[in-house]
Amino acid sequence: MRILDTLGFGKIALTANPTRTLLILLAMSIGVASVIILTSLGEGARKYVSAQFETLGSELLFILPGKRETTGGLPPLLGTSPKDLTIDDALSLKRSRAIAYVAPVILGAAPVSFASREREVVIFGSSSDLKAALDLPMAAGHFLPDDDPRNAASICVIGNKLKKELFDNKKAIGEWLRIGERRFRVIGELSSKGQSVGMDLSDTAIIPVASAEILFNKASLSRMIVKARGKESLDKAEADILRTIKQRHDGDEDITILRQDSLLQTFDGVLQTLTWALAGIAAISLIVAGILIMNVMLVSVSQRKSEIGLLKALGAPTSQVLTLFLSEALMLSIAGGIIGVFIGLAGAKMIAYFIPNFPVQTPLWAIAASLIVTIITGLIFGSIPASKAAKLNPVLALSDK
Amino acid sequence: MIKLQDICRFFKVGDETVHALDKVTLDISRGDYISIMGASGSGKSTLLNMLGLLDMPNSGSYQFEGKELTTLSEEKRATFRRENVGFIFQSFHLIPRLTAAGNLELPLMLMGMAPKERHTKVKDALANIGLADRANHLPKQLSGGQQQRVAIARAMILKPPLLLADEPTGNLDTHSGNDVIKILEELNASGITLIVVTHDLELGERATRKIKMLDGKIIEDVTSEKPI
Ligand SMILES: Nc1ncnc2c1ncn2[C@@H]1O[C@H](COP(=O)(O)OP(=O)(O)OP(=O)(O)O)[C@@H](O)[C@H]1O
Ligand SMILES: [Mg+2]
Repeated sequence: MRILDTLGFGKIALTANPTRTLLILLAMSIGVASVIILTSLGEGARKYVSAQFETLGSELLFILPGKRETTGGLPPLLGTSPKDLTIDDALSLKRSRAIAYVAPVILGAAPVSFASREREVVIFGSSSDLKAALDLPMAAGHFLPDDDPRNAASICVIGNKLKKELFDNKKAIGEWLRIGERRFRVIGELSSKGQSVGMDLSDTAIIPVASAEILFNKASLSRMIVKARGKESLDKAEADILRTIKQRHDGDEDITILRQDSLLQTFDGVLQTLTWALAGIAAISLIVAGILIMNVMLVSVSQRKSEIGLLKALGAPTSQVLTLFLSEALMLSIAGGIIGVFIGLAGAKMIAYFIPNFPVQTPLWAIAASLIVTIITGLIFGSIPASKAAKLNPVLALSDK
Repeated sequence: MIKLQDICRFFKVGDETVHALDKVTLDISRGDYISIMGASGSGKSTLLNMLGLLDMPNSGSYQFEGKELTTLSEEKRATFRRENVGFIFQSFHLIPRLTAAGNLELPLMLMGMAPKERHTKVKDALANIGLADRANHLPKQLSGGQQQRVAIARAMILKPPLLLADEPTGNLDTHSGNDVIKILEELNASGITLIVVTHDLELGERATRKIKMLDGKIIEDVTSEKPI
């Protein structure tokens, strides 16, 4: 039998029962549309997070004291405990040509008070490089001065939220705050703009790193934030950091370097998985549609028994009857899939229109995959009724009236 | 043309075994006009289905022009039906959603004939049964007699040598029944072997060879001296 004839025969059979056909098309297309809409949302979220990381700059490296084994295994029993990271370590890194900025960071929590108001916040001990590395915008005043970080000046820069809590709308620049046991003069205020994922400085006070050493009574850095001179310098910067620190720490590579770009990859991976999970959940509705196809086709087979008997009497072998019914199922599922793709794309457009801030992006693979899944669904769930039709005993099929 | 030897066909229903065909032996020559009569349940339809290879015997041999058919694969049996057998049923078995032309076209379509060739054949066949103006009518828009004529044309469109009719007039009034019989007899006159199962004595008597069945056995097989 010619393919066009097979399709034509199926088309007549399907249009002879329009309600039933429309019902299946509806179920199938809703399944496909939901796959497409959900993956569009997942993919949009992924793109959104990437873009956020991009604005933060992916040239950052974070240096943490101590070697963190990510490959598993026991920590060395006889190894020396890691050496402290020091301000001098930070200064020595500045000699690398691959590195633009090195901000030493001491983190701690301390009560900050002004007049009768007090607030416990995170204190950043750092240097002028922090502003350059993180691209921090100022709302007023200026950041820590570009002098020797070993200077324990009594000055601070405060985040916009902390400023609001302590000063309301009053001027803060020039006022003296109490942080822990010491007094600091406010020289700058961070702007609320430019805050990126995972890097919220709005409720913090930033003081010179040497002052933080005294305040928290410790001589070791919590971390260093390094900015490379461009993305292409990242690998060299990492190598330089390792070499320099190893040299300074008597041959121990006792630091961990986290790269912004590998962090981005991790996030990207997580969100990619999430998108696939969403697609998988939506694909369940395709299976439901497949079961519907199967049931409707089973009913159709039992209603068309005598027709099947007749086809066999006219010389159609089992394989031909199978093909005829299978192609009906496939026509249904493919038509439903194509309609579903259009509904899905329209739905994604609608979401993009009504929630303009949320990036919606339909991945091509989702369209291809949902069409392929539709075909497979049609084949699998269509094959059960089709083989039932093909196996019918023609004598019984013809006598059943 | 056909040689049946000790054909048995039985059905197990619960503990009982129904012998629908019990050691049937039968020779049929090309061009024969045979009627098969007998009480309900005597095995007439089973015999007809066996001859058309819609059913397979449990034992015995079926030779068609010297070739053994009982060992054929399902695929080969289908091909045999398409090339050698036309079936006519009491209830016509036209596909309700297809027009008269569409029903006639079906066997040609199944064998993969090109549309152009199909259309000329269908047109000729419709003209032959006097329904040229009904080509685009659905079965429900045709009378019973017209439907059966379409069914006959469909059975004969590939010109098989054997025509098997199970109660072809069973659902028709006398007048359209006679029309149908006329067409069948014309086909037989042109050399086609015609086997008719019927309860209608008058129709049965018209055949040149009359077979009577009872309980799966042939109990009478009479050939008239002179053809009508
Ligand atoms: N699929 C089957 N399963 C069980 N028994 C069957 C089956 N087909 C036929 N029979 C039995 O075989 C016997 C012969 O059936 P068949 O249909 O050949 O009779 P028939 O002579 O055509 O009768 P009628 O004149 O009523 O059409 C009957 O007893 C019937 O019940
Ligand atoms: Mg019968």
